[in-house]
Amino acid sequence: MTDYGIILFHTTSAAMRAEKVLSREGFPIKLIPVPRELSSDCGVSLRFDWNQQEQVRLVLDKAKVEIAGIHPYSEE
Amino acid sequence: MVDVLEKAGGNPGRSGHSLSISAARVLYDTREDIAQLFHASDPLRVIFTGNATHAINTALHGLLKPGDTVIASSMEHNAVMRPLRHLEERGEIHLRVAPCTPDGRPDLNAFAGMLDGKIRLVVIIHASNVIGTILPIAEMSHLAHQAGALVMVDAAQSAGVLPIDMQTMGIDLLAFTGHKGLQGPPGTGGLIIGGSVDTSQIESILQGGTGSRSESEHQPEDLPDKYESGTPNLAGIAGLQAGIRWLMKRGIESIRAHEQELNRTLIEGLSVMHGVRVYGTLDPNKSIAIVSITIAGKRVSEVCFRLDKEFGILCRVGLHCAPSAHRTMGTFPEGTVRLALGVFTTKEDILKTVQALEKIARS
Repeated sequence: MTDYGIILFHTTSAAMRAEKVLSREGFPIKLIPVPRELSSDCGVSLRFDWNQQEQVRLVLDKAKVEIAGIHPYSEE
Repeated sequence: MVDVLEKAGGNPGRSGHSLSISAARVLYDTREDIAQLFHASDPLRVIFTGNATHAINTALHGLLKPGDTVIASSMEHNAVMRPLRHLEERGEIHLRVAPCTPDGRPDLNAFAGMLDGKIRLVVIIHASNVIGTILPIAEMSHLAHQAGALVMVDAAQSAGVLPIDMQTMGIDLLAFTGHKGLQGPPGTGGLIIGGSVDTSQIESILQGGTGSRSESEHQPEDLPDKYESGTPNLAGIAGLQAGIRWLMKRGIESIRAHEQELNRTLIEGLSVMHGVRVYGTLDPNKSIAIVSITIAGKRVSEVCFRLDKEFGILCRVGLHCAPSAHRTMGTFPEGTVRLALGVFTTKEDILKTVQALEKIARS
């Protein structure tokens, strides 16, 4: 079962901005190292609740945060 | 700064471990603070550099293409004049210098006349580092924009002591240093790129690792990474953030009022003194708290030496890296004695300085 989603970014600054805007809106998110099955070299990815995928996308779009990809993710 | 080195010493953007993330947060938060302070369009358009000179070079060498024409005011610092003269000597650009009066005010009619539609960039110092005169940025940028030119402002002296609003003042590129009015450490500064500037038109002057898009051997276009290759000065930027947060809490208006009051006292004390000549507008409302003087019959170096040795008052003499400004003032090549006040200068300091200069002028 998919619990989480992972957002990848091209740059660390984009990850920082995403963390800020989503935290401000009260989303339960966390910056974590990029899971090894995914790849993004800025090293940081953002974990969020997969059920909130649409709202998260909307908030990031509105704040003009550029993302490199969104993937479902389950923690072992 | 110590705190950030001890607790967040990772390299931002190079890993996902907690110290790297903490470091990246410090950088990003500082970008936000800076964007707020100068009313910039986007924190990601705040580019960290080692100082204002580095910021100005990033803009000039990155933006200007062969055949471009640039206007600079005659009050510019060598941080602007030397890269421009360098590009001119290489035959790459044409440079026009906009004349100013001896007290540092631009001749707006002459400036408007120079804007013939062929100008790529206008470079203006916000406040003179020699006499403190504030240049009318909003008026000049309005004229420049009407002629299709971009506007870069050198805010090395004014950031933190005068309100700066990139939107209302029409600033396309803003260069600042951290170690003056922003109360940060030396070795920090930045270039802010306005929201309407197309960054594909500004090449990077340094290329290298950014931690982003590492699969590519080509410099990324992402901001701020495009202009920030190499490991950043994390401790310095943390210090800059502390300085900016301190001054935002204190309030730029309050700092400005304090410095204006001291500047008024200093100018009043000096302008009645026999043998002392004060340069500039003599109006604290039209300048920042920098005063340049000469004393009849005394070498500027002697005045500085005696101020330090006999009274413990430190100043800077000579040309202040601004030969163009001194030519405009008529003080080239001897230069002046420059007294620069700050937010931590007190009324007592000013009175002591006036008394000290009175003694020096008399003996």
